[in-house]
Amino acid sequence: MRRVSAQRIVGRIAVLAALLLVRATCADVLPDDRADLFYSKYSGGGMDITGESVSVRKKFAENFAVTASEFIDKVSGASIDVLSQASQIKDERRQKSGTIEYMHDKTTYTASFINSVERDYRSDTASFSLKQDMFGDLTTLSLAFANTNDTVGENNGTAFVPIIDWLGHAESRSYDIDLSQILTKNLIAGANLNVITDQGYLANPYRSVRFLDPQNPKGYSLGSQVYPDTRTSTALQLEAKYYLPYRAAITGSYRYFRDTWYVVGNTFELDYTHPLSNIWILEGRLRYYRQNSAYFYSDLFAYADQYRFEARDQDLAAQDNYTVGAKVTYAFLPNGWKFFKRATATFDVSRITFHYLDFRNIKYYGVPQYQPGDEPLYQFNALVLQAYISMFF
Amino acid sequence: MKLLCYVLFAAALSLTAACSVQPWVKPYERDRLADPIMTWDRDAISSGYVDHIRETREGSRGATGSAGGGCGCN
Repeated sequence: MRRVSAQRIVGRIAVLAALLLVRATCADVLPDDRADLFYSKYSGGGMDITGESVSVRKKFAENFAVTASEFIDKVSGASIDVLSQASQIKDERRQKSGTIEYMHDKTTYTASFINSVERDYRSDTASFSLKQDMFGDLTTLSLAFANTNDTVGENNGTAFVPIIDWLGHAESRSYDIDLSQILTKNLIAGANLNVITDQGYLANPYRSVRFLDPQNPKGYSLGSQVYPDTRTSTALQLEAKYYLPYRAAITGSYRYFRDTWYVVGNTFELDYTHPLSNIWILEGRLRYYRQNSAYFYSDLFAYADQYRFEARDQDLAAQDNYTVGAKVTYAFLPNGWKFFKRATATFDVSRITFHYLDFRNIKYYGVPQYQPGDEPLYQFNALVLQAYISMFF
Repeated sequence: MKLLCYVLFAAALSLTAACSVQPWVKPYERDRLADPIMTWDRDAISSGYVDHIRETREGSRGATGSAGGGCGCN
């Protein structure tokens, strides 16, 4: 009851503040029209995921814009903990979204809808945000609210002949406050506070707990995960971007996260952007992330149904990961072509190294020298590639 | 009481937004800040994709902009 009450209060504050912040002082403009063709590839941890996307953003008059986009993910393979209970998977996720922006002087209103469909998972998100420039355009305040409804299923057939059992629903509400502040003529800072509440079926049906079982020749058996049916998380990110004495920019950010499952995460990121004339933009990034495990997570439970809530999902295990990335953007068509004003082509590559601190590599279960709970800790590298062309008109 | 404080804070922000605050960084001094390399997020599709990857591999979420839907179950 207390959680529902808190949601209502935050919701009311967001709506009230949104209404109060509507001001009209002088005109501003929406960004240029653009069309993007996007390709991505993720390889790591036994999975290959390719993504293709197209997005078009078009202004109508100077204060109204519409964006439509579609994203398709194709998944093959399966992560290590899925392999503990299921065969390899081929799946596809298709996401469609539409956004409407309306600008009235220094206030921008945005409404959007996202629909994501997999054969065993459906998700709809509706969101509304409001952005206000103030204090001589030194400060930009944004408020956003999103409501998501998910339907969760499990494929008990095969990759080619699916048999979907629908397990339940989940509802999520997200509240966001974002502040961007110009501090000096070379420095801009930002703060973002986000609260998300979830309720419903929150477990991952494709992952299992394992527990010691002397009756089993392996020494352990697998069982179903049981998650709490509510979760509330809070994340705060602080960031700053500085224009260096030569034409380049450096960005630093820190994010603190905690939730009611006792997961605490810390993220540090450093980005460097270096343009070469007006044709190339080179970027490099370093990111470090660390989290502890959820209170109901264990790699190996002592016996079946030891606790009311149990999970062995690698996302809820203690872990740290490092990302090293680089991005290059090439600007072409400087004089335009047909109705396009200019265009850019971008290639982005990142390598992520995941280390799990209490999640063991179950693939070693048959190796004689490893007893349950003594297997090596799991780790893997992932390569993330992105290539896209952006046409501005 | 807490709700009242929040409402008053929001109202104060709104009212001061209408005041003629003198910006300490003048519009003609913002040429560097207007450079595309100083944009927080130049490519929303790429950012959304990366956020989605992270949210399906990490326990943390939020405060980074928007992420796509879906479960990332596999």
